[in-house]
Amino acid sequence: MPADFNWAIGGEAGDGIDSTGKIFARALSRAGRHVFTSKDFASRIRGGYTAYKVRTAIDQVESTVDRLDVLIALTQRTVDENIDELHEGSVIIYDGERTSMQDLEIPEGMIGMDIPLKSLAEDAGGAIMRNIVALGAACEVTEFPIEHLGSSLEKRFSDKGQSIVENNKTAADLGAEYVQDNYETESAEFEYELETTDEDYVLINGDEAIGMGAIAAGCRFYSGYPITPATDVMEYLTGRLERYGGHVVQAEDELSAINMALGAARAGARSMTATSGPGIDLMAETFGLVAQSETPLVICDVMRSGPSTGMPTKQEQGDLNMTLFGGHGEIPRFVVAPTTISECFWKTVEAFNLAEKYQTPVYLVSDLEMAVTEQTFPPEAFDMDDVEIDRGKIVDEDEVEEWLDDEGRFRAHADTEDGVSPRALPGTTDGAHMSTGLEHNELGRRTEDTDIRVEQVQKRQRKAETAEAEEDWSPREFGNADSDNLVVSWGSNEGTIVEAMDHLDEDDPDFQFLSVPYLFPRPDLTEAVEDAEQVVVVECNATGQFADVLEHDTLERVDRVNKYNGVGFKADELAAEITEVLQ
Amino acid sequence: MSSDVQFIDFKSDKQPTWCPGCGDFGTMNGMMKALANTGNDPDNTFVVAGIGCSGKIGTYMHSYALHGVHGRALPVGTGVKMANPDLEVMVAGGDGDGYSIGAGHFVHAVRRNVDMSYIVMDNRIYGLTKGQASPTSREDFETATTPEGPKQPPVNPLALALSAGGTFIAQSFASDSQRHTELVQEAIEHDGFGFVNVFSPCVTFNDTDTYDYFRDNLTDLAETDHDPNDFDEAKDRIMDPDGEYQGILYQDESSTPYHEAHGVTEDMTEIPDGAPENATDLVREFY
Ligand SMILES: Cc1ncc(C[n+]2csc(CCOP(=O)(O)OP(=O)(O)O)c2C)c(N)n1
Ligand code: SF4
Repeated sequence: MPADFNWAIGGEAGDGIDSTGKIFARALSRAGRHVFTSKDFASRIRGGYTAYKVRTAIDQVESTVDRLDVLIALTQRTVDENIDELHEGSVIIYDGERTSMQDLEIPEGMIGMDIPLKSLAEDAGGAIMRNIVALGAACEVTEFPIEHLGSSLEKRFSDKGQSIVENNKTAADLGAEYVQDNYETESAEFEYELETTDEDYVLINGDEAIGMGAIAAGCRFYSGYPITPATDVMEYLTGRLERYGGHVVQAEDELSAINMALGAARAGARSMTATSGPGIDLMAETFGLVAQSETPLVICDVMRSGPSTGMPTKQEQGDLNMTLFGGHGEIPRFVVAPTTISECFWKTVEAFNLAEKYQTPVYLVSDLEMAVTEQTFPPEAFDMDDVEIDRGKIVDEDEVEEWLDDEGRFRAHADTEDGVSPRALPGTTDGAHMSTGLEHNELGRRTEDTDIRVEQVQKRQRKAETAEAEEDWSPREFGNADSDNLVVSWGSNEGTIVEAMDHLDEDDPDFQFLSVPYLFPRPDLTEAVEDAEQVVVVECNATGQFADVLEHDTLERVDRVNKYNGVGFKADELAAEITEVLQ
Repeated sequence: MSSDVQFIDFKSDKQPTWCPGCGDFGTMNGMMKALANTGNDPDNTFVVAGIGCSGKIGTYMHSYALHGVHGRALPVGTGVKMANPDLEVMVAGGDGDGYSIGAGHFVHAVRRNVDMSYIVMDNRIYGLTKGQASPTSREDFETATTPEGPKQPPVNPLALALSAGGTFIAQSFASDSQRHTELVQEAIEHDGFGFVNVFSPCVTFNDTDTYDYFRDNLTDLAETDHDPNDFDEAKDRIMDPDGEYQGILYQDESSTPYHEAHGVTEDMTEIPDGAPENATDLVREFY
């Protein structure tokens, strides 16, 4: 039995692939197994190939691999699409009664299990449950205790009524019994046996982790406009934020979304919006206003493949330049990019603190694969006792007095040593002031005075300098710190690169790996780059946007490994590519 | 809220740079008086303005204020009110700001019925960019960018508001100080979105929609038997192509403001030092 087991279900969009995958993933995590899921989906509601893949092991899993042990194929295309990942001994579960599947040829050495999924589902109460029949069969094949599937079905369907839950359980049982009666799963061909443990795991995706981080951080206002793959942040917060005294608005567009969030932030609520590339473009003008008016705001960009509408359901890390440089004029900002799903939670908390401490907009940058991937973690990975809140320089009624000018006017943009001014929330006596996108003096009044302009620009820039000195912007370190080779990456590639290291042979070069979660300010990698003989930057874009930035920072040339076909890196492919560049 | 607040307390020490005679002076004075008359003070008031001559208003008033980007003042006001329903929120802008670049937001702010007032200084021209046609300019109004007139009918903001489910729709005239103040006051006091379209003449670029024109053509609904609670009557007035009206065209007195409909009662500005008390429940949902 290999250390990890890989399972997938594939079919047409609308076949319930996603929810079936989730039910199985949940069953595994409830049984104390670690899970890492991945999705392949097209930008349409019906039709188009869709697959949901689950990798599971007793130890934590950080990426997917190109191997399938059990495949539930609802269409011929499912087999065709995955043929390269199947191997000798792989099991293909299909419904031979379907006209389109009758001629299915099972490749040499693989085990085809022709199961009348639809008929059995009808026996259990409805054809709609055919995927559950298949799941029951998969449990039997893998000797995975079916009660865990029952418990996952319970969680999924209990709000639809107990009879729905029971029907689904029956469907699963019928699938398992069919395998028992017709196939010899005890035989030597079958090497699968999914053990269980007593551990409790959290199964969560990146968007959910961002939403949970926002609530933990005290976010009270969220406004957004639906867009793949950021919508799940809004769906997560809707209903939940209200439980914690907040509110979610589905705005009429992204312009409205960011302006509402700005208004709420200005009024004193921790506030956030999330979108993807096209929405970030629309928000760019207001982004400048947020920065210029020194309003704390978290703007989350869940990247997808661009430009324009690009490939809306595919992976890319193409918005780095937009988040670092986008917007007219020069705008102080922070750009934070979580590198794992659990980091999505912590970096969101941090983004809120940075925003308020420095009174700046913070881009929280994630990507499609991190957004839709579900991964298990021990619950301690989200220990709420570790959440710290820093609201920065909010002044109360008494403190306001210190910041009034001779005529009793509040100096909302007072020029301070650290670049951060006092903040009076509306309602504070004597704190009334104007905030504007126009260049302004300390009072927030419009000015074109050259000296004041320079003073205010420097004041705003100084916030980044202060933050650079005060906060910890270190990268996450992996691999061999003494190696001459350095691999650098940002965002969600971390897990795949860590796994790629395991795929290297003794003859392959080893390397140190730095995973960078802060893009501005960012760690100073000059020394690491100078010390290394060879540096490779890995990112999911065509031009190497982070590699450019690193070259600019260090004045050294770096090598690049890029992928931009819409699919994220795979560990074995990445191991080979990195090895090739380093040799 | 202190009762001894005067309208002068809402005035900033910044002298307006509007052209002498601009309608925006009268519009602003009425807004400040209305705020004072309704018992507000600068520290509990938030004024949001857009871009345009009209948008400068936030600078000349004293209160918590935000001067935003062109056309987006209404969403900002919505965010402010949701985050802190105790604040008195007033949004101001021009006809270009509100009915052109911000038209989408206008319709949605109306239908959301957020409890704030929206005062539009309608001069039927773009003032700050020096005299181009605005969405409320007449079909034959000649400007540098429309030498033969826009050749398209003007937007009817009152009709937009009514069709979007507006619960308070009024129109006033900057130079009729008393009536204008009263109408803004009513908008503030209305539970929901109080919309006032103010005829606020641009003396520099618009020689058609002048003080004299409005003086001669304006009918005050208070002097007619108009019933603002009657939707059909409001519709007839609003769709009347020949009438220029001042007064409340429509009001739904049973309107429920957005934040109440959505159960938002408390301000959102105070948060605990760490994660919320029962935040671990959020983690358990994922077991
Ligand atoms: C995005 C954007 N586009 C264009 C402008 C230029 N602009 C400034 S004010 C204005 C028109 C304002 O007209 P209106 O709202 O009627 O106000 P008025 O100046 O007449 O009071 C325009 C187009 C801008 N500031 N921002
Ligand atoms: S240009 Fe017109 S609208 Fe602008 S200040 Fe002058 S008179 Fe008023």
